[in-house]
Order: sequence, then structure tokens, then C-alpha cells
Amino acid sequence: MSRYILRRFGFMLISLWVIVTASFILMNAVPGGPFTSVKLTPLVEKQLERKYGLDKPKWQQYITVLKNLCSFDLGLSIRERGRSVNDIIKNTFPVSAVLGLEALTFAVTLGLTLGIIAALHRGKALDYTAIIIAVIGVSVPNFVVASVLQYVVGYKLNLLPIARWESFKHTILPAFALGLGTLATMTRMMRSSMLEVLSQDYIRTAKAKGLTSAQIVWRHGVRNAILPIVTILGPLTAAITTGTLVIERMFGIPGLGKYFVESIYNRDYPMIMGTTVFYSALLLFMTFLVDITYGLIDPRIRIAKGKGD
Amino acid sequence: MLRYDPKPEDFAPLNLDEKAGDAITRPPIGYWQDVWMRFRKNKLALTGLTIMPVLTIMAIIGPVISSWDYRECDYGHFNEFVSSRHWFGTDYLGRDMFTRLWHGTRISLFIGVTAALIDLVIGVMWGGIAGYFGGVVDDIMMRIVDILYGIPYLLVVILLLVVMEPGLTSIIIAMSLTGWVGMARLVRGQVLQLKEMEYVLAARSIGASPSRIIARHLIPNTMGVVLVSLTSSIPGAIFGEAFLSFIGLGVPMPQASLGTLANEGYQVLRIYPQNMIIPAVVMSLLILSFNFVGDGLRDALDPRLRQ
Repeated sequence: MSRYILRRFGFMLISLWVIVTASFILMNAVPGGPFTSVKLTPLVEKQLERKYGLDKPKWQQYITVLKNLCSFDLGLSIRERGRSVNDIIKNTFPVSAVLGLEALTFAVTLGLTLGIIAALHRGKALDYTAIIIAVIGVSVPNFVVASVLQYVVGYKLNLLPIARWESFKHTILPAFALGLGTLATMTRMMRSSMLEVLSQDYIRTAKAKGLTSAQIVWRHGVRNAILPIVTILGPLTAAITTGTLVIERMFGIPGLGKYFVESIYNRDYPMIMGTTVFYSALLLFMTFLVDITYGLIDPRIRIAKGKGD
Repeated sequence: MLRYDPKPEDFAPLNLDEKAGDAITRPPIGYWQDVWMRFRKNKLALTGLTIMPVLTIMAIIGPVISSWDYRECDYGHFNEFVSSRHWFGTDYLGRDMFTRLWHGTRISLFIGVTAALIDLVIGVMWGGIAGYFGGVVDDIMMRIVDILYGIPYLLVVILLLVVMEPGLTSIIIAMSLTGWVGMARLVRGQVLQLKEMEYVLAARSIGASPSRIIARHLIPNTMGVVLVSLTSSIPGAIFGEAFLSFIGLGVPMPQASLGTLANEGYQVLRIYPQNMIIPAVVMSLLILSFNFVGDGLRDALDPRLRQ
């Protein structure tokens, strides 16, 4: 198991290194440096370049970038003068994290419940309702969901605030729009996983023992069916994270996603690169954690992984 | 109680006609016929299979049957509602929404299908070769896949598009650059199973070359799984393109995709909701139909569901 963790950790670092290198190359392919947007005398520009080490050869700059990254330094934003990317992330990421966690909580709890209900009522009206919700949730892009919610719930019915980030009420619509796709994926996965488990022999044994159906569903059904779900938590976190880019912009939420999209509009290259590296590191780490957790909770995987793969 | 009295006639040999009655008269059902028979029973999948060609045909003929061009501005008719002059109204520059909608569907479908096909070709070749040869080749090829697999897909696309010239080609290249790894993993897994089959041994024993075995025996047999994966990666690519358009990295003006149309419509959602709703509905229907077909195909190909 520890060998497996070590290997996965190694791959995570290599993936991250590929992203950093790619972003360094791309950043240097872009014409203009961080100081081209303001008029500076050549002397001042030289001094600034020296201060930030931009007068050195490229390979030295590359090593500096790697060194800085090891101490989590992502560089300077062009647009937000005088602010470092770290500073922006520190201020805005917590907002995104709250939104993301809220969406994830909502999606996971409701998605699992729907999936279980659908599987227990296979072929009945409840099952079809859950399937239809799931398919629509997977097929309708989150920005469409968000705009419909803003228009209907926020504007026409005037029930919830359309935008801004102030109280819990403000978080409901964005969290729902962000989580709906994940909820749908959860429902689909849980339904098929639960159906598979319910057809197993040990469920029949449990029935034969005379357990109540609640006991069967909880102790033998859900506990086994939930295992495969853990594996998709990694990709789902990625979906939620990229989702925040759009949702935060639409709802005017001062999170990292909004800043990131604005930095794309402004072509604020250091900010784009820095944030991409940050997001990548975050997602890689989440996937790593999910894989490890999966290995720890499922004894079958633990044994199989121990044998080499 | 009934009693059976054997008579001499009972022991007479059968005549030929009666023997023919035991013969299997139903024609043998091929693999894909069998799949189709099960697919046909799935109502949702059939619905998807009807919507898909309708939208595709509209994407092809829509811009042609309309009397407007997708770039043309009808001055004096800005932000108009549905009328006989402009079937789906106009946008803020007086451009015909009907034409732009189907032009956008065309672009979205083109991006989706092309990106998915590139992923398919690279993925199938990569996975096929790695799976068939195994050993060191497999190790090196799959480690590369592992590294690329960890990289968040949309972030790389954003990173590339920020630097590349905006346009269709850039979007497709950026999307295919890391998009093929999932397919490669899938095909490799399939090939690993299939290469132990007797017919591969038979082919090898009569001297077939590895490229022939991969191309003629292994890859055709992975097509079922690959097809299911394709039907889910096309809507994925359409979705991805719409997402990129929404954060300002989509096809440049005056081109339109469903994503850019929805984004433009979103700016005027409160006053002219139809400009957002129509492209959003078409996009959702498109993705929905692919998902229905994909789900139906997966169920139809699943041997466990075979009766």
C-alpha cells in the first residue's frame, strides 16, 4: 500500500511539473512582459526587470520559477498592480471553497438519496422521475441552469437574490446551479451501483435471515454500493471547480473563479498561469486523496494494489 | 388414470419432412443485429436517435433555407422578437437568429465530432499498440498516459487557448491534446483481454503481422466500447466548447457557436430572453440526444443484460 501511495505521489508531482513547464513555455511565447502595459523609462524598466529576475537567461528564470513554486510563490499580477497572485488567491479562494463545498454537499447528499430511491423502486414512477432528473442534469450546461434560475426564481418570482455574495440566501441559487450536474452524475452512478449490489447473493441471504428491509438497504446495500462512487469524487471535484469559473462570473461572486475569468479577458498572463498551476495542484491533490481513500476503504483494492499494479 | 399402450406405429421411423421441422430456420443473428434488437426496445435511446439527425440536418440546411447570412446585419431591426421576417428574431446587431442558431449548431457539432474523432484515432492507436505489445512498450506508453491523465483537462485547454490564435482549429487542437488519454486507457484494457483469445493465437500461428492482428482482429472487437465512449465524448466536447465560449475563449466574432450564442443571449436575458433560451434549448437537446443514444448503446452492448 505504501508503495502504491508513493508511486501515485510521484505521478502527481510529474503531472504538476509538466503543467508548470508548459505554462512557463507558453508564458514566454506570449509577446510582451509584465511591464509593457505602462510607460516606463528604459532605466526604470531595467531596474524592475532586475528586481524580478527577468534580465537573466531563460533557463535561469525557469529554475527560479521552480524554486519559487517550491515555496508556493506564484508571481505578480499585471492587472492588479502591486498584488501578487498568492495574495489574490488567499483573499478570493475561501469564497470559492465555500461555494464549492456547499454545492458538493448538496449534490452528494441529494444525489445519493435519489439514486438509492430510484434503485429501490426500479421500473416504477419514482425511478423514471429520478432518471429524468439525472439525464437533464447531465445534459443541461450549468450556465443554462444558472440563467434560468436567475430569470425565473430571482427575477420573475423574486424569491431569492439574483447575484452578490452576502448572506446564506445569496448562496442558494449559485450552489444549486453549480451542483446540479454533479447531483445528476451521482444519481446515475448510485442507481446502477445499488442495482448491482441488490442483485448479489448476500442480499438474498440477508433477506433469508429475516432482516428488515431497512437493515438490508443500509447495512448490506448502501455500504457496498457507495464504494465505486468514491472513485468519481475526484473528477467531480474537477467539474465543480471549473464550474465555479462560470457560476461566479454570472452571480457576481468575488471568488477565485471570477478573478481567473477576468484575468483571461484582461490577458493578465502571470495571473492566468499562476491560477492554472494553483487549480491544477489542487485538483491533482484531490484526485490523489480520493485514490488513496479508495484504496484504504476497500479491502479488495488494497490487496490487488499490493500485488504490483 | 391414463394408460399408455405402445402401438407398432409409434416406433416407425420419422419421415424426412418431420425431421426438417427440427432444423433451425431462423437466420443467425450477427453481433450488431443483436445489439440493434436490444437498442430498439429502449424508448429513450430511440428518441435520442430521432433528435440527433433532425438537429444535424437542420445544422446543414438551416443556414441555407434562411434568406439571411449569419454575419448580415438588418439595420433597423435590432433585438426583434420572433416574426415572419426573422423566424427566431434578431440579436443586438440585427443579425438573424434563425441563421445564427443553425450556423452555431453546425460549428458546435463540428467541434464536438472532430475533437472526439481525433481523440478516437489517437486513443485507439495508442491503446492498441500499448496493449498488444505489453512489457516495456506498454509501461512507457501508459506512464505517459498516467501523467497526462492527471492534468485537469479544461485548465490545459484554457492555458493553450489564451496563448494560441483564437479560432476553430485552436479549440480543436487544444481539446484533443489531452482528450485522447481516456480512450487510450479504455482500448488498452480491452486489448489486454482480447489478445489472449484463441483467434489471435490462430492468426499469429499462420504468420499474421502485429499490425494486421491489431488492425483486423483486436480493434474491430473493441469497437462496441469505443462507440459508447465516443457517444459520450462528443457531447463532452460540445459542452467544453460552450464553456470556453462562456468565459470568452470560444470561436471569435462574427462566427457563432451554441456557446457564444448563449453567452450573447445571457447579456440581454432580462429583456430579450428568447435570445438565450433558443440556443440553450438546442444545445441541451443536442447533448441530451447524444447521452440517450450513448446510454442505450451501453445497455445494448452489455452482455449481462442480454436475454
